[in-house]
Amino acid sequence: MTTIHLEETPHLTYVLRLADTALVNAHRLSEWCGHAPMLEEDLALVNIALDLLGQARLLYEHAAGLEGKGRTEDDLAYLRDAPQFKNLLIAELPRGDFAFTIVRQTLLSAFFHPFWQQAVGSTDRTLAGIAGKAEKEVAYHLRHAGAWLVRLGDGTEESRRRTVEALETLWPYTGELFEVDTVGEAMIEAGIAPDPATIRPVFEESVDRLLGEAGLERPVAGWMQTGGLRGVHTEHLGHMLAVMQHLQRAYPGAVW
Amino acid sequence: MYSQALNERVEGPRIVEDPEKLAAFQARIDAEERIEPNDWMPEAYRRTLIRQIGQHAHSEVVGMLPEGNWITRAPSLRRKAALLAKVQDEGGHGLYLYAAAETLGVSREELYEQLLAGKAKYSSIFNYPTLTWADIGCIGWLVDGAAIMNQIPLCRTSYGPYARAMIRICKEESFHQRQGYEIMLALCRGTAEQKAMAQDALNRWWWPSLMMFGPPDTESRHTAESMRWKIKRFTNDELRQKFVDATVPQGHYLGLTFPDPELRFDEATGHWRFGKIDWDEFRRVLAGHGPCNRERMAARRKAHEEGAWVREAALAHAAKRRARERAQKIAAE
Ligand SMILES: [Fe+2]
Ligand SMILES: [Fe+2]
Ligand SMILES: [Fe+2]
Repeated sequence: MTTIHLEETPHLTYVLRLADTALVNAHRLSEWCGHAPMLEEDLALVNIALDLLGQARLLYEHAAGLEGKGRTEDDLAYLRDAPQFKNLLIAELPRGDFAFTIVRQTLLSAFFHPFWQQAVGSTDRTLAGIAGKAEKEVAYHLRHAGAWLVRLGDGTEESRRRTVEALETLWPYTGELFEVDTVGEAMIEAGIAPDPATIRPVFEESVDRLLGEAGLERPVAGWMQTGGLRGVHTEHLGHMLAVMQHLQRAYPGAVW
Repeated sequence: MYSQALNERVEGPRIVEDPEKLAAFQARIDAEERIEPNDWMPEAYRRTLIRQIGQHAHSEVVGMLPEGNWITRAPSLRRKAALLAKVQDEGGHGLYLYAAAETLGVSREELYEQLLAGKAKYSSIFNYPTLTWADIGCIGWLVDGAAIMNQIPLCRTSYGPYARAMIRICKEESFHQRQGYEIMLALCRGTAEQKAMAQDALNRWWWPSLMMFGPPDTESRHTAESMRWKIKRFTNDELRQKFVDATVPQGHYLGLTFPDPELRFDEATGHWRFGKIDWDEFRRVLAGHGPCNRERMAARRKAHEEGAWVREAALAHAAKRRARERAQKIAAE
């Protein structure tokens, strides 16, 4: 099937951003399956990936409903190209080592936990329903990734070095979590989306608490990466989609 | 069957067991009593079980690799979720089985070291590559199907912890089998290209699936002892025949052709008769010369080595935390 183009409204764009972030994050986590440092982590990382994949599916279904053209979750996931993906850049970066994966998941969860908690009150009742489920899931993700962050920061010289390196690489991608463009403004205005400004203190509090326990420091906020929300990505997303979308692209219209 | 090499000798010193204890043990087995970890058992029984459960656990863990190969490429989100969950289940099976083996006095680390050192076997089936999406269907349908055939009788095996692990595992394996068959069904009802993909996968997976049950009974040296101790309840050939009888009609329903010109239904016995299995291939793959043996072991070793610093960090943190807690307690006193 050739690439599809959606007629995006701010509402649709907003839901796609959330869906794409969840899917892309799930994809990176799923790359650990069978390759984790211990069997328990193979299972735990897949658990998180499955939760996020479940969230992505609900969000795509919602997005398809908002567009109202009878498209499916798979159309949205498999038939859009990289510039149409609206995920946060932090989610698409290659999985890296275990420290990188843990730091990324901690940062994303520390943001999305309060995010979904607030989104439970969204005027978009479908989104509110998804938020109710996601909030509980992400609370677990934060506990799991956070506990590992503490272990790695406090553990050995090597684990600390790797964790600091991951934190420094990833920190510039946290600016995007709080970015509000015209789409975001309209959604906050309509009571559909939480205002990230109200999420920031909760995010910082939980990140600081975990870093404190890990004996690490929050990197100094400097220049921040941006682009994902507008479809301007890193070099990595195209490769990810080439892999992910391969069968749907190679056998257009086939049902699996 | 995940313990194909069961017919080899178990290493270790020859132990002369007390005939009275041995007789009492056999009487318990004959009375269908379950043997529990703290019960007396002959050393050969313990060793056979450790090896069999260990091989089974390793097979679950190595088996994550061929299917994991398609997680990032699953053709729909629904299939992706199902495959992720399935591979996760297999890892969970590995965990329960290592735990069952630990009740016999061997640690998971010891068993795992044997695997990484190439000293322990795992099912030969996982040394074949997954080349197309249809292979994921075939693995569920045939490989999980064969595993169930072998494992349902193991739910009544004489060693309690193993039997209980198998009950839980079997439920999940039957779910995997249905899911795999459903993938095949979708392909066979799909486009000509999809159907060809399904046929090609069956051509490649059929014979290796039959080999999963291990060598023919005529070559099975230790079957008698395992049967007497009710570790095994059916012979390799009996289980293989059951599998063929159950699977051939399913394949025909899909509209697929089995890659065996000699396959025919025997009216007199009600069994499907099949052609000669290439036991040279079986022995070759088991000995390490299959298409993916080296890759599978390299992947397991790589994950283990690259994860070493993580495991060390977890231990170091736990030790530091205990020390801090002790220091706090002393300061408080
Ligand atoms: Fe399994
Ligand atoms: Fe199994
Ligand atoms: Fe299975």
